Amino acid sequence: MTTALTTSPAAAGAGRPDGDTAVRISHVHKTFGRPGTAAPVLEDINLTVAPGEFVTLLGASGCGKSTLLNLVAGLDRPTSGTIEVPGGRPALMFQDHALFPWLTAGRNIELALRLAGVPKEERRPEAERLLELVRLGGSYKKRVHELSGGMRQRVALARSLAQGSQVLLMDEPFAALDAITRDVLHDEITRIWAEKQLAVLFVTHNVREAVRLAQRVVLLSSRPGRVAKEWRIDLPQPRRIESAGVADLSIEITEELRGEIRRHVQH
Amino acid sequence: MSSTDTAAPLTKDGSADSASVEAGLDALETVQAQRTPVSAVLRQKVLPPVLGVVLVLAVWQIAYSLDLTTPDKLPSPADVWHSLTELWYEGTLFSIIWTSVWRGLSGFALSVVIGTPIGLVVARIKPVRAALGPVLSGLQSLPSVAWVPAAIIWLGITNSAMYAVILLGAVPSIANGLISGIDQVPPIYLRAGQTLGATGLRGARHILLPAALPGYLAGLKQGWAFSWRSLMAAELIAASPDLGLGLGRYLENQREFSNMSGVLLGILLILFVGVAIDLLVFSPLERRVLRSRGLLVHSR
Repeated sequence: MTTALTTSPAAAGAGRPDGDTAVRISHVHKTFGRPGTAAPVLEDINLTVAPGEFVTLLGASGCGKSTLLNLVAGLDRPTSGTIEVPGGRPALMFQDHALFPWLTAGRNIELALRLAGVPKEERRPEAERLLELVRLGGSYKKRVHELSGGMRQRVALARSLAQGSQVLLMDEPFAALDAITRDVLHDEITRIWAEKQLAVLFVTHNVREAVRLAQRVVLLSSRPGRVAKEWRIDLPQPRRIESAGVADLSIEITEELRGEIRRHVQH
Repeated sequence: MSSTDTAAPLTKDGSADSASVEAGLDALETVQAQRTPVSAVLRQKVLPPVLGVVLVLAVWQIAYSLDLTTPDKLPSPADVWHSLTELWYEGTLFSIIWTSVWRGLSGFALSVVIGTPIGLVVARIKPVRAALGPVLSGLQSLPSVAWVPAAIIWLGITNSAMYAVILLGAVPSIANGLISGIDQVPPIYLRAGQTLGATGLRGARHILLPAALPGYLAGLKQGWAFSWRSLMAAELIAASPDLGLGLGRYLENQREFSNMSGVLLGILLILFVGVAIDLLVFSPLERRVLRSRGLLVHSR
């Protein structure tokens, strides 16, 4: 069941050249193992993300949300159905920062720029700019192990942005951080999303985080993963995770999520 | 869904506020890596092995002084020192060492050139791995001195035979080092590389090889040890004027003259060269790589 959606002007990112779709997922099924024998992980997923739109994918474990993100990232193929990303290969951030420990923070970003085809002489200044953007201006020469968990995720964010994609996929990127750091990073991603007008598809199992960040929350059911319900969130940004607006909606969504989980009780 | 946010007062300067919290967190959570001072390094890293060597020399001298056996079986440290100065004054000391070191290092370099692509192919291509993986591990446990007779029959008592023995000893261990280095690469790096567009050869160059470097270096280190050992075995066994006088040959000559202090000197020089190359080349390289990746911070 899906609530009807009206297009909001803020979400559409007025005047973007890439048309009206950043990601279009149509009738996607995914089954691991031989078809027919294994239970499907994803079933008939339909989801469109507009340019500049922030969407969180929410679900309990086993809902296939990370699988879906891998499909969009092109790391895996759907069993059937299509995924279109008109702007080309999207950027992907993991729960693990996945920074390369043999490179400095700045060099990690430069490698992404290089692989994206940025000419040599532009890489260093661009890497410095991206580090400034995540407020790590002085950290170009820092090694990965010299950075705190939150700083690593910010460098990872800068590296993702270095790909130059207008679509950013995030797979529970803040799940391993402490609450204070996560709060700060929520502010950070909200600021950068608005500044860069990115389309973000953000996977989480944390309801409040989903409501704190998103313009639209998509709830997936588990085994098989299906779109169960969607909410559009009009609260102004930046939001506080403790605010009443976020809390009220979180309670409503949590109830739905619990209902989805209860369906799996063995009788 | 509520349409008004009750925590509204924050929104105006919320961003500046969070920036300063962020800067505070960064300052709190940054670990300062500190370098150990030179005096501490000397005390902790240099002194113990020096003491160990002194202890061995002392025990040796005591055993000699107690006349446990005849001097032609156990010469004193001073006798061995005398053999060394003799070689020095004859002017042959460095040429003997250099003959072997040059052979060992060039054979090792050739082993790296051959072993690296083999390791890469075996690690990454499944059918090749199934076929050659066990062969490589098996070869690694075969003492390469076992190849000496075969190498002599194939190639005669020549330099080529020496190099063949070095290669047969070192190539499998270098290849195996690279294979295990690649196996230990966390899959997350490969996925991250893939999303950044590093696939195929670009992936191997920018992600796979640098990520596998620590294991590869360990393999190189072991490969050097194997090269050196195989070469000494080959030099001991194969005698020919064409081969020149290397350390192995020197050692064997001293045995033929029943010159025990010369034999001991030969053994010590072989040991010394093996350890020196390891300490001067491989250990610093390995430490540098591990330290830059934060893998050596608390290892004291």
